[in-house]
Amino acid sequence: MESVVAQAGLVLLRDSVEWEGRSLLKALIKKSALCGERVHILGCEVSEDEFREGFDASVNSRLIYHDVFRDPLNWSQSGEALPGGPLGALQAMCRRTDPGPVTIALDSLSWLLLHLPCPALCQALCALSQQHSCPGGGSPAEPVRVLCLLHEELHGPGPLGALSSLAQAEVILSGTMGQASAHILSRRPQQHPTRQTQWFSILPDLSLDLQGGPPLESQPHPEPHTPPVDPTAHMTFNLHLSESERAAKDSLTLPFQFSSEKQQALLRPGPRQATGRIFYEPDAYDDLDQEDPDDDLDV
Amino acid sequence: MYPELNNLLNTTPDRAEQGKLTLLCDAKTDGSFLVHHFLSFYLKANCKVCFVALVQSFSHYNIVGRKLGVSLTAARECGQLVFLEGLKSSVDVFFRAQAEPHPLQFLREADVGNLQPLYEFIREALKPMEDGQAAWRYPVLLVDDLSVLLSLGLGAVAVLDFMHYCRVAVCWEQKGNIVALVHDSGDAEDEENDILLNGLSHQSHLILRAEGLATGFCRDVHGQLKILWRTPSQPAAQRDRSLTYQYKIQDKSVSFFAKGMSPAVL
Repeated sequence: MESVVAQAGLVLLRDSVEWEGRSLLKALIKKSALCGERVHILGCEVSEDEFREGFDASVNSRLIYHDVFRDPLNWSQSGEALPGGPLGALQAMCRRTDPGPVTIALDSLSWLLLHLPCPALCQALCALSQQHSCPGGGSPAEPVRVLCLLHEELHGPGPLGALSSLAQAEVILSGTMGQASAHILSRRPQQHPTRQTQWFSILPDLSLDLQGGPPLESQPHPEPHTPPVDPTAHMTFNLHLSESERAAKDSLTLPFQFSSEKQQALLRPGPRQATGRIFYEPDAYDDLDQEDPDDDLDV
Repeated sequence: MYPELNNLLNTTPDRAEQGKLTLLCDAKTDGSFLVHHFLSFYLKANCKVCFVALVQSFSHYNIVGRKLGVSLTAARECGQLVFLEGLKSSVDVFFRAQAEPHPLQFLREADVGNLQPLYEFIREALKPMEDGQAAWRYPVLLVDDLSVLLSLGLGAVAVLDFMHYCRVAVCWEQKGNIVALVHDSGDAEDEENDILLNGLSHQSHLILRAEGLATGFCRDVHGQLKILWRTPSQPAAQRDRSLTYQYKIQDKSVSFFAKGMSPAVL
């Protein structure tokens, strides 16, 4: 996770209703701020008070909040809205000239995607994440990292695919059994994309606690070592045959098996005569007619 | 209000949280019992309530409210309740000349409208009193329901913008609460409704989802309620993020029980 955060460019945090991503966004912002960077936040979904909640004073002093939340569509006509609306605010961030490494956070990119045309938004994101050179010239370009919160369920595959192709890293949030996980797909130039799954939790002070594996409850507890028990001991019936029993079994002829002895016994006329005889005493009412009673049928 | 539901949500009228958006949604069942619960809950909590009722008449809510122990007529007369009866006042848009824009002005507009007049109406209804005396504790906005606005021709983004401005005015400026009902179309391919439901889900602090049973209608168990807390104020380890209960709606109350533990079955 640290390497993903450290690299410059566009980072998409894709969250869902069940696994929200704003706390991870705030944790990454806190990390950047503690490294000495300035952090610009374009806040569209929550108020500035709610967003700054949880940061301590040293981090809060490094956060510069551009408030689109209060009046995004200029309904109040009070003049407090940012000039140019949300797109103007985004483009203004591209033109900022303060020196030093900078992190820009968009909360959220979904809000911008619902209100701005996708091509204009993609162009603005490209301009934002490209490395700027300082206006004085001569000094090397400073890396710009853009962290974007994106709610997956709100957009179709087209806009999601377009934004994915712009991103240097994507972090897809999910989890199991109350434990959050981040599936990180990172694309570095001229290298294969790498995938990695990281289990984590966000502590109340918005620091990131990385965990090694899935929650312990899902792993079976290792059994204390017991000698294997022989189930065939102490049985009331016999599973094995002794030698004499096996010999008797093998020499048994089966009733329907036609062996050569049986064949000879059938061929030789046995000592017994045909014993099957039928003795019949006709009754007074019996009709001993030898004709076939079915002869008169024309079948 | 239903005391059992209060226990599940771990809240009472006296110590309810402020500045929160609660989303009610129902799928394959009728979730309006949750609307009646929150209406009586906030009236009993002595809050100023603005109820945008687009689905049923005033007398319907009044009759159910009386069973739950609140009188909407009395609340409206003393100024605690501001009731926008959508069914009646939508007719006014067409047949009466209005000096100012009507809250449901979008019904008249030919092109894609927005809900700014409705937002202005709500903001006016819930603004704090000028004399500085706080007669009521905090403002509450109740909407029943938002899916009707989609059926009336508005886009999902327009409804989301309306809810955004309501959150600014009610939740952020005045530390009040919002409760809104959205229907979940479920299998029906309704993209606009899905955008509205998911968009609001991401902005909500508490989601109550009433679902019909997967096996169909049952006389003793009317449905299943899923409770999801999205931004818990306490660390996640100390508070269950999601609970599921089954329920049975009776005449004056709703009883909740764990899955499979209906008294009729045991």
